[in-house]
Amino acid sequence: MKITGAQALVKALELENVTTIFGYPGAAICPFYDALLDSDINHTLTRNEQGAAHAASGYSRVTGKTGVCVATSGPGATNLITGIATAYSDSIPMVAITGQVSLDLIGRDVFQEADITGATEPFCKHNYLVKNVKDLPRIVKEAFHIASTGRPGPVLIDVPVDIQTDILDFRYPNEVDIKGYKPNYKGHPQQIKKIAEAVSGSQRPVICAGGGVISAKASEIMTRLAEKYQIPVVTTLMGIGSIPVGHPLNLGMLGSHGVYAANYAVHNTDLLIIIGARVGDRALGTAGKIAEKARIIHIDIDPAEIGKNVSTTIPVVGDAGLIVEDLYKSIQNCNTSQWLDSLQQAVKKNKVELTEKSSYVNPKKLIAELSKRLNDDAIVVTEVGQNQIWAANNFIARKPGSFITSGGLGTMGYGLPAGIGAKTGKPDSTVVVIGGDGSFQMSMPEMGTIKQNRLGVKILILNNNRLGMVREIQKNKYKKRYSQVFLDDNPDFVKIAEAYGFKSERISCNSQIDSALDRFLADDNVYLLECSIDPEEETV
Amino acid sequence: MAKHTLSVLVENRSGVLSRVAGLFSRRGFNIDSLAVGVTENPEVSRMTIVVDGDEYTVEQVSKQLNKLIDIIKIRALENSESVSRELALIKVNATSSTRSEIVQIVEIFRAKIVDVSKNTLTVEISGSGDKVRALEDMLRQFGIKEIVRTGTIAIERGNKYIKAGSTEEI
Repeated sequence: MKITGAQALVKALELENVTTIFGYPGAAICPFYDALLDSDINHTLTRNEQGAAHAASGYSRVTGKTGVCVATSGPGATNLITGIATAYSDSIPMVAITGQVSLDLIGRDVFQEADITGATEPFCKHNYLVKNVKDLPRIVKEAFHIASTGRPGPVLIDVPVDIQTDILDFRYPNEVDIKGYKPNYKGHPQQIKKIAEAVSGSQRPVICAGGGVISAKASEIMTRLAEKYQIPVVTTLMGIGSIPVGHPLNLGMLGSHGVYAANYAVHNTDLLIIIGARVGDRALGTAGKIAEKARIIHIDIDPAEIGKNVSTTIPVVGDAGLIVEDLYKSIQNCNTSQWLDSLQQAVKKNKVELTEKSSYVNPKKLIAELSKRLNDDAIVVTEVGQNQIWAANNFIARKPGSFITSGGLGTMGYGLPAGIGAKTGKPDSTVVVIGGDGSFQMSMPEMGTIKQNRLGVKILILNNNRLGMVREIQKNKYKKRYSQVFLDDNPDFVKIAEAYGFKSERISCNSQIDSALDRFLADDNVYLLECSIDPEEETV
Repeated sequence: MAKHTLSVLVENRSGVLSRVAGLFSRRGFNIDSLAVGVTENPEVSRMTIVVDGDEYTVEQVSKQLNKLIDIIKIRALENSESVSRELALIKVNATSSTRSEIVQIVEIFRAKIVDVSKNTLTVEISGSGDKVRALEDMLRQFGIKEIVRTGTIAIERGNKYIKAGSTEEI
């Protein structure tokens, strides 16, 4: 079948079962967009390429499929970078396709030329510059394979515009054979045996569940393992949802912005079982100290994560689901009743003071109330900042994938476009984007995407007229010398929503929460609820 | 800090060198030297990378390199189990009065004179880094005009070899 490179690209996406992509056209990607007109693939036009990458990420997180985003060369491609880097940090499978100036012009600094393979190299699992149209089918096949297997991540394909118009005899490969890429899934039996013995001999074990548990679809088996052997679980920010919030063994999020009981457990354990977590500084900054007192088991698909931030007593490389399944069968017994009792005491010390101020909404109470009204299939997507931590510690995530956030990179402006992707991927689920006034404004134009695609995304803005998280850092570490954290002249968000034709309201005290949430969730249309938050309100 | 030699098989494609070099710089690893050339299989190149660092660093370097899709195989070479060589070209000042002395030194080192002019000699030396440095030391008194040096290349002794396929030994 003789077709153009652009048609081959579209055809290859179809053969990869891609049904939805996010993007923004431009001169160097025009042949692709032309070919797209003859395809059934849905395309969501975002308002900025960064939004397209974040939307692809949100889409991927709720569907489990590889997210796809498209942009033109030069600025289109560079705008994708933050989205690609965000996906890389959180191990989200994504294929980014960029247009490029024609092959013979590369390197001559022509209009809208940027070395995007060079620029994204540190943030990609892999990337390709297509130099021969005949390679295109193989490259697309490899890109989807690399993005979705092993430790997932973004892969970028840069396609010069003349490659898109070149003709090839299209045959899509069935298999890939990449010499340097053979991910290992099955955990080494010897290591699993050692772990089983360590757990059996442990008095105070604790599981630390990361995002890898969710991406490996190991949440259920891990929860069953915890239940069978009565092992308490703490989650990282990315691990929220891997075990239901409210589960008696779930102690909540650990780390600098986590809850007391979770951190107590981690600092008093004799056996820390890290599953699918990279021991990031915000979660386990004191891992070195923990390792002095406790044995550390590290289960991860990526060998490079083992021993990177903490020295591990027993490492095992492989798929979290398969390994936990093996452990489920091989652990002898584990007596943790005393340990669980002491943890119950710690849970009582979790801070739960809710400030009641007449002119402000308490964000913790608000999110807790919101959670009560959401069903199990609802999805909460956060921005980054105080809103993220309030949501992480107060949203009742009942299912894996129900809490979506930029964990590793901490990208402000992630929430709204990721919410677009989530709602596109799961149109029947309630999708609530929780943002602050600062982060919301970073991607505010994406409201246009919501409007154009009639996506019933619920937007909750926690407005304290501050860059609250930075303010908190300045308060605690810079002697209250507040620098550039004031957003007192914010626009009227309610009016902005109205300009887009969205329903919207503003509330400013706790007594308004109930009725406002009723209206917020009344139907499946967009609703923007702005809540006045006390600038003094802290994250933990 | 100790020096470690990594023998790395990579896909012979454009961009691989930049990926490897980029990885070293952004993760703060120090490359002592890097030499690259095609292997017996034209699709595969071999990089010999000498890394400065402790065991932790070398392990991290290997693991991070392994994550690059274009990297096929990595082996850390033990000094005692491998032969390593460097090549250097040294252009040294030579007058009629010093020329014979330089030639003598070159002979002692079993190096070669590869170019001669009225007031210079160019010496080719191959050997371990120490040997090259020793010759450089000896020639410095005459005034070295220029040195060009390759990175270290190394190969395992005996029956062991590293191939792109699954073969590891014999």
